[in-house]
Amino acid sequence: MPNVMLRNNAAGQLVLYITKKDHEETVVALEHSGPGAWGGEMQLSDGSRFYLEPLEQTPKLPLTVRVKRL
Amino acid sequence: MTMNRQETEQLIQEVLEVYPEATGKQRAKHLMANDPTLEKSNKCIVANKKALPGVMTARGCAYAGAKGVVWGPVKDVVNISHGPVGCGQFSRAGRRNYITGHSGVNVFGDMNFTSDFQEKDVVFGGDKKLAKLISEIDTLFPLAKGVTVQSECPIGLIGDDIEAVAKKSAREIGKAVVPVRCEGFRGVSQSLGHHVANDSLRDWVLHNRDEDNSFESTPYDVAITGDYNIGGDAWSSRVLMEEIGLRVIAQWSGDGSIPEMESTRHAKLNLLHCYRSMNYISRHLEEKYGIPYMEYNFFGPTKIAESLRKIASFFDDTIKENAERVIARHQPVMDAIIAKYRPRLEGKRVMLFVGGLRPRHVIGAYEDLGMEIIGAGYEFAHNDDYDRTFKEVQDGALIYDDATSFELESFVERLKPDLIGSGIKEKYVFHKMGIPFRQMHSWDYSGPYHGYDGFAIFARDMDMTINNPCWKNLQAPWKRGGTEALESAAA
Ligand code: SF4
Repeated sequence: MPNVMLRNNAAGQLVLYITKKDHEETVVALEHSGPGAWGGEMQLSDGSRFYLEPLEQTPKLPLTVRVKRL
Repeated sequence: MTMNRQETEQLIQEVLEVYPEATGKQRAKHLMANDPTLEKSNKCIVANKKALPGVMTARGCAYAGAKGVVWGPVKDVVNISHGPVGCGQFSRAGRRNYITGHSGVNVFGDMNFTSDFQEKDVVFGGDKKLAKLISEIDTLFPLAKGVTVQSECPIGLIGDDIEAVAKKSAREIGKAVVPVRCEGFRGVSQSLGHHVANDSLRDWVLHNRDEDNSFESTPYDVAITGDYNIGGDAWSSRVLMEEIGLRVIAQWSGDGSIPEMESTRHAKLNLLHCYRSMNYISRHLEEKYGIPYMEYNFFGPTKIAESLRKIASFFDDTIKENAERVIARHQPVMDAIIAKYRPRLEGKRVMLFVGGLRPRHVIGAYEDLGMEIIGAGYEFAHNDDYDRTFKEVQDGALIYDDATSFELESFVERLKPDLIGSGIKEKYVFHKMGIPFRQMHSWDYSGPYHGYDGFAIFARDMDMTINNPCWKNLQAPWKRGGTEALESAAA
């Protein structure tokens, strides 16, 4: 369950940053992107996948959350 | 000679042959030929990994990253090097972070404070000593705005509870007391020290004035982060921000102070120079206070103009116009500098091996002078730094991560660069090899190199080093042979 920070980069893409590893990767697919639910399964550009317990609303980024590695 | 990718790969193979097989395999992952089209580095280079036993690495320790780099330049805190005396004394003032004020009265950056651990402290613990030390500091230096406890190796080993002491002492003296868990054995390089120090700033300093709204902010407030004012760098950057109409309310951490850091939350934009050492706190500032951060580069007129425009784009039209005016005002001076030095430096080939930012940041400045980067590498960069590097370096150039002294020397022997930019540990080796060298950590006792003012000094220094007549006199005249020997004998 790593702590990650989600933010939008200058190009407007959603980026996942793994704090412990200093590793930044763009999110290429997000299961729920609102309205009503935001999160779920995330696919990163390097092929790895993470799961974020869906939030009720689209959050204000950046945001630090706990995710599950899939 | 510029090498293509294949030739570079071959050079790497040849140099690696000397190693035992396992070591060679490991090291191969840290070396590559540059491919500017790459977006992501994690497939082609391994970074931020422990140096192998038996090789000579140029890296430092977490304490060096926390105390030396991030906390050291904060002028109004007393940084206690908690542990034996050596770590602090041998690193004292080595980075040349300039500060204003009266040393020992209201600024303390060039002094060495230590708890001077002895055998009995290791055996019985040093917490009591630390508490006493902090109250002594408060008596002797009443103008200090805070105290930090930078733990050295033994503190982590004996398990002292510096956090508890810090909390108690902070109540006692009514100032920030910051425990920094930067024992040298943590992590693989000084890079972890940057992270630890950033976290300590976040947890113990940043929010201290969140309730105090007496600070009058303007829409043009910015903070400069990741500039350590080496030789005055932050000052030559700051004047440019001010010239385009912005107000710099905090400098992290070169010539910076605790009150500045505490009021950083009022900034509208966070200007990040050294990404490697301060991206952590920048990310936090963005998340907690909604201050966006922007990476900029103030080395060389091309990059400065680019950065000024990018900075201005965050603000209204007056700032944008100011930026254009400032660029136009400095351009003729820059053109004159380039006209003077470029003919003397054109085509010279440079190899760089510095910390975690400069190998990619200074390239623009070298290119403005017509020089060429044939090799670049970092001591302690992470993969996100390499992601940002590939675009800046030419195709086929040699990239080396945490190069060992053997590798660096072999590469230099083969590539024969005209200039090497690296640290003090490398300097004299290459001087003895007869190759011009600049110490690019603390600007070789020169500087500043940031900003327009800095570029003038940068250009002069590079010329002074490369075209120094001493390089021709490395060989004794009678060994040179030919007519030259006779002439100098006759003279
Ligand atoms: S490794 Fe430990 S003992 Fe050595 S300088 Fe760093 S903190 Fe001090």
